[in-house]
Amino acid sequence: MEIRTEFHKKLRQIQDEMLAMGSMVSKATLRSIDALKNRDMELAWQIIADDKKINQKRFEIEEKCVELIATQQPMAGDLRTLVAVLNIVTELERIGDHAEGIARITVMIGDEPPLKPLIDIPRMAEQTVDMLRRSLDAFINRDAEAARKIAAEDDLVDNLYDQVFRELLTFMLEDPKTITRATRLIWVAHNLERSADRVTNICERAVFVVTGKMEEIGASKY
Amino acid sequence: MGINLDVPDISARPVQRCSTKIKAEKANLFYGTFQALRDITLDIPSCAITAIIGPSGCGKSSLLRIFNRMNDLIPGARVEGNVELDGIPIYDAKIDVADLRKRVGMVFQKPNPFPMSVFENVAYGPRRHGIKNRGQLEEIVEKSLRHAALWEEVKDKLGQSALALSGGQQQRLCIARVLAVEPEVILMDEPCSALDPVATLKIEDLMRDLSQDYTIIIVTHNMQQAARVSDMTAFIMMEPDRAGVLVEYGPTAQIFTNPKDKRTEDYITGRFG
Repeated sequence: MEIRTEFHKKLRQIQDEMLAMGSMVSKATLRSIDALKNRDMELAWQIIADDKKINQKRFEIEEKCVELIATQQPMAGDLRTLVAVLNIVTELERIGDHAEGIARITVMIGDEPPLKPLIDIPRMAEQTVDMLRRSLDAFINRDAEAARKIAAEDDLVDNLYDQVFRELLTFMLEDPKTITRATRLIWVAHNLERSADRVTNICERAVFVVTGKMEEIGASKY
Repeated sequence: MGINLDVPDISARPVQRCSTKIKAEKANLFYGTFQALRDITLDIPSCAITAIIGPSGCGKSSLLRIFNRMNDLIPGARVEGNVELDGIPIYDAKIDVADLRKRVGMVFQKPNPFPMSVFENVAYGPRRHGIKNRGQLEEIVEKSLRHAALWEEVKDKLGQSALALSGGQQQRLCIARVLAVEPEVILMDEPCSALDPVATLKIEDLMRDLSQDYTIIIVTHNMQQAARVSDMTAFIMMEPDRAGVLVEYGPTAQIFTNPKDKRTEDYITGRFG
């Protein structure tokens, strides 16, 4: 007989809120690339403003976790869930910061002419967001195996980052006048590369919640 | 009172730290035809606190009582299998049960001081074991009360009735009474369930202190208490025939963060109870 229904209901609600925060962050990341592609300053400013909501959401979830820990003395799997959620919302908040960072770079670029059509950077964003969504699913489904596989996909993002870097380097070598614009795009790519690394941290928490072991998986080359 | 502080400390016994103090091997307990415990096998380390947890009626207290043969007092009760204290089978016919219970003392759920003075409560055991010298008794009483973290509160009212003490003080007095006969193991059966939270924390603190010198085994309904105070935790559960079995036994930190058995997980997270 389930005897802590109220507590377990709250525990589920916290995980639902974490998922909602995950989708806010996914959206911010994809939209930051849209804003960059389309030089949409309005959208870029909107992403910068929305990051405050993401930060706020993180604090709300943290507070709820702390309250449950203080009042309900969670144990075993429940305790691991709360500890993992506390870590995951921190990672999500930072991924949100990376999206905001991309939006700020877009504002900086303003209406400068594009250096080249964006191909690999949007791919990096799509791959990262896809990994992010699946990592949260793996957490909710308590699927450690899936989490390990997703973390391994970080290599794809790293490889794209290499590619972007090499390509932009050739632009800079050929024409030093492109250095400013190319550097800004490298910053964008770097933000995405960091976001994907944070997804691997989320995967580590998805493994932890199942096994109780803190293990480093999918260590990034960056 | 003229206290001579040069007497040997009652805790200064040759204790081998963290060896196996009590060992149970396939221990079975029957009350008549009813089997209360089945195939309990575990090693209890010395100088540590071992908590026994589990749902009501699962046999926690029965298991505790196996260790000092308290079940002998219940008609029809019998134990099969092997239970050892320091490698000596305690259910052997040659064992002196009174001596065993001196070595393995017990503290009960409700504080049960004798209706006599604070002093006499603590001196009772040593007197029974033949100590008559007043000075020696005074030393034992002070040492025991100090060890039970009660001395400062009662040193000016040793002659008063123990029943006038608060519940928490009475329980610490009962612990002092156990300490006075120099036990090696202290069994505690829900020692805090009749106490308020502050008195409970005091007893828990005292237990941590005592665990330096004594092997402590505590039965508790309060899982947070087991988590706070113990080094090892044993989880007992009833099987369909109502016999208690040991589901999981391990370091407390592991049991409460990452238990191996699903039944332990379900119990400590309140998914059944």
